[in-house]
Amino acid sequence: MYDFDLVIPATVAEASTAMKADGAQALGGGQTLLPTMKQRLAAPEVLVRLSELADIVSVNAASGTLSIGGATTHGQVASEGSAYPALAALAGNIGDPAVRNRGTIGGSIANNDPSACYPAGALGSGATIVTNTREIAADDFFVDLFETALEEGEIVTGVNFPIPDAANYQKFDQPASRFALVGVFVAKFGDKVRVAVTGASNGGVFRWSEAEAALSSNFAADAIEGLAVDAGDLITDLHGTAEYRAHLITVLTRRAVQSC
Amino acid sequence: MPKITMNINGRETSAEVENRTLLSTALREKLHLTGTHIGCDTSQCGACVVHVNGKAVKSCTIFASELDGANIDTIEGQASPDGTLNVIQQAFQDHHGLQCGFCTPGMVMSAAALLKENPKPTEAEVRDYLEGNICRCTGYQGIVNAILAASGQDVPSIAAE
Repeated sequence: MYDFDLVIPATVAEASTAMKADGAQALGGGQTLLPTMKQRLAAPEVLVRLSELADIVSVNAASGTLSIGGATTHGQVASEGSAYPALAALAGNIGDPAVRNRGTIGGSIANNDPSACYPAGALGSGATIVTNTREIAADDFFVDLFETALEEGEIVTGVNFPIPDAANYQKFDQPASRFALVGVFVAKFGDKVRVAVTGASNGGVFRWSEAEAALSSNFAADAIEGLAVDAGDLITDLHGTAEYRAHLITVLTRRAVQSC
Repeated sequence: MPKITMNINGRETSAEVENRTLLSTALREKLHLTGTHIGCDTSQCGACVVHVNGKAVKSCTIFASELDGANIDTIEGQASPDGTLNVIQQAFQDHHGLQCGFCTPGMVMSAAALLKENPKPTEAEVRDYLEGNICRCTGYQGIVNAILAASGQDVPSIAAE
């Protein structure tokens, strides 16, 4: 990979200043960025290291919300996120143990990989993404493939998850990459249900609103009988066709509801 | 080039590295600790697993320049100075936990991390934990047996399988 300048800030404020440099790129755990840089698909001039930045490594549950600092690793969320079991389980099944010891929630959310697990957890929970300058609703945050509402130099400092009455994430593993071939996150808040789908769409994570409406009036697997996502917008690759993914979405949604 | 100092296997060690130098490269090429293997170099195979501040990480997917002041444990620090294998290494030998041996440093370091977190894992927990360590000799049964044995649990002898 090409060389770069490395900045190791001590505080979020220092990191924010460093991110103003031309060509600056935030470095979380690096579990996606380093492989990308090795392939020269990314060549940032300045890396600003956010991992282990003490201000934003935390997992706290209070008044129905699980707040996770942006630089918190998946491993820490898995072990300390028990106030929101479905989310802790999601974190504990990302990649493998060594990847979970480095990869961070902020890095995953900011990258918005179309097959990543956290975007489904955040969108499915109706989470709020906190940055160094503002708060952004998950519904507005995930814009498109690898694209978010983050401005140049903006840093994800935390994610606040409202804890639902019941939730479940079903991940159909792509066993080589350990990403989701398709993943479905279902969360129930009173009589409102949210369903977020990852791994399937050319536009990245999305909400399946038809299923949400059906499940909100009848929270049972059979409520989505006959519903299907249009395969027209879904991913086709060597691992599965769009039609296969559309089928998986219904199967995984049913399983998620049954497991709630 | 920035100079970094790490505590590697209990010994203060310094090296000059470029910012882009990976920990795996620094260990092997700067410090001549070639026990850490680079298999895929894409964080899939786990041959390069070492412990950074007590946690298993893939050393091909972290910059050495991030690690000034860190504690690093590698495969070289596992046996006693006189060469006596530790419990996990001995179990790998006893239970045929290696064939070609290329994946073994990463397997042993992952096993050590697992047993620190979970001293008596089930077979399923061992297999789950080794998700990021690939053996291309297909020697997983021996590896799993070795880790169960290292945790003090009975495992079937080879002859009985």
